[in-house]
Amino acid sequence: MATETARPDATEHLTREDRAQLLRYMLLMRGIEERAMTLYRQGKVPGSFYDGYGQEAVSAGAAFAMGPRDRLCVLHRDLAAHLVRGVTPARVFGQYMGRASGVTGGRDGNVHFGDWRLGCVGMVSMLPDMMLVATGMAMAFKLRREQRCALTWFGDGSTSRGDFHEAMNWAGVQKLPVIFVLENNQYAYSTPLEAQFAVDPVHRAEGYGFPGMSVDGNDVEAVFEATREARTRALDGAGPTLIECVTMRMHGHAAHDDMKYVDKARLEEWRRKDPIERQEARLREAGVDVDALRQEVDAEIEAGVEEALATPMPDPATATEGVFCEGEANVLGDGQAPWSGVS
Amino acid sequence: MATMTYLHAISDGLRTEMRADDRVFCMGEDIGVFGGAFKVTEGFIEEFGPDRVMDTPLAESGIIGTAVGAAVVGMRPVCEMQFSDFISCGFDQLVNVAGKMHYRQGLAVPITVRLPTGGGFSGGPFHSQNPEAWFMHSPGIKIVAPSTAEDAKGLLISAIRDPNPVLFCEHKFLYRRVKGEVPEDTFETPLEARVARDGDDLVVITYGAMVPAALEATEELDGASVRVLDLRSLVPLDEEAILDAVRDCSKVVIVDEANQTCAAGAQVAALIAERAFEDLDGPVVRVATPDVPIPFSPPLEQALLPSVERIKEACRELLEY
Repeated sequence: MATETARPDATEHLTREDRAQLLRYMLLMRGIEERAMTLYRQGKVPGSFYDGYGQEAVSAGAAFAMGPRDRLCVLHRDLAAHLVRGVTPARVFGQYMGRASGVTGGRDGNVHFGDWRLGCVGMVSMLPDMMLVATGMAMAFKLRREQRCALTWFGDGSTSRGDFHEAMNWAGVQKLPVIFVLENNQYAYSTPLEAQFAVDPVHRAEGYGFPGMSVDGNDVEAVFEATREARTRALDGAGPTLIECVTMRMHGHAAHDDMKYVDKARLEEWRRKDPIERQEARLREAGVDVDALRQEVDAEIEAGVEEALATPMPDPATATEGVFCEGEANVLGDGQAPWSGVS
Repeated sequence: MATMTYLHAISDGLRTEMRADDRVFCMGEDIGVFGGAFKVTEGFIEEFGPDRVMDTPLAESGIIGTAVGAAVVGMRPVCEMQFSDFISCGFDQLVNVAGKMHYRQGLAVPITVRLPTGGGFSGGPFHSQNPEAWFMHSPGIKIVAPSTAEDAKGLLISAIRDPNPVLFCEHKFLYRRVKGEVPEDTFETPLEARVARDGDDLVVITYGAMVPAALEATEELDGASVRVLDLRSLVPLDEEAILDAVRDCSKVVIVDEANQTCAAGAQVAALIAERAFEDLDGPVVRVATPDVPIPFSPPLEQALLPSVERIKEACRELLEY
């Protein structure tokens, strides 16, 4: 947990402005996804739609702790991570609508994206494949003796698959600067935790030789602080960390899923822990004009929708292009890193 | 020029690139202290150290997946599957992550995966396979398969320098049986077919260990002039060289050591059917391993793998057509 200092508007590692930024990224994520759901219902978003309603603190908090030269593999309910790194709302909407202006230019669907220029690799549907990719990035950093780290998110469902174990083992054996953020949102599609594992996977970290910690995944500052600590460990050469962020998937797996398998009272209980409301209450207490921030975010989202709607669909004549790289191999670029204390 | 075995030429190509480019490193099971199951990396750990000659956990998905991660931040990993058969455990990372990355995200994945392939030495069902066709069907992955020592070195250097995932199929049967003159300096071999022997009565189209088998089978064939086309690269497939050969020879035998159905040779046959039908002077004939797992016992294995005798027989029948 972030430690309160004598100044009520700041924490040990976050200025008041940082704390407002955390709220801003969560509001942007929620607002963009709500707007995209409307576009989906209007038939403007093809395929299905997946959102991270109620989980905004996990991607906002963890991404906020990272430096520009760190590298991220982003999962499908982690929109705030893209926004923190510098992807604009217009490009997100373009992505959702399969437009040429989207991050993948219509090549991959809705939430499968990452802007390589901003240091991000987009996920594939096979989970958690990106754990190994992030582990490999960290392996390269260690080989080159660079003080950088890699981070990836994955869900509770992913912990049943072999790549989870291969990545955890590999990172532990080689003591790599990688942060594994386990987004425990209680369900893998419709399968509850008790049908997935006998022991909470956070405890597995110890078995692979590095620490695992569990944090309140609906407290953005707690997620930030845990990630900040893990990053410090990684940069100090102390190896990987597993951070379990305990949260709740408040919507269905995708737009078609009515979540009849979740008890309504349980959802109501989690609604009271909403990560945005919690951060708002803190900031109001610190004297931040939250209403003005909300208005600013809403305007930014509307402008993004307008901009994206004005962009064309991709040209079908280009559908076979780009399977192979034909020039020099490009590499991941640096992302935006808005935290005031980033080193 | 120096005389090298096929295996020595692979080592030489890898060593040449590691000396020239410090982004290149190799990773795999038992490749460091032990020097690799086939000794391709023998002596490497002494020259390059354990960071660049990395003994990995026994985890093929891990090898491919971490190689992808290292590649996208600027490294040039050369992965070794101890046997090509084990690529099945890394299939997902190769097909879904590496192969689709550039199309989806515009991000290059310059990894090389060395695959010791093929049978003929009682390796049994899990140490004898030729899995290349699995990946011909997966967009975004290049596949090369040298048959000579010179091409083994040159194609490996080309693979490492290529900005895409490249599978390097090195045939185990050729490791110590094939020798040849190889330039000592660095050089790249283009991902194109090579005429291994010219001729114009019939062409045998093949790659890998079936090239020396085809050369032997057709060296003296009742005076017929037989061309042998060594594909060298399966993706990209040198379609023009194939069509030229059909145009010149009019009779075609395609040889695969892989299991017959949907093998690389099936794609060659389809190409010829589509684009060279008028040039044919007889049916396209295929010689391949039947769709059976590769058995362990020598008489069983030899009953399945295409032999010099079977290739000779197929050519003779087609010449008489």
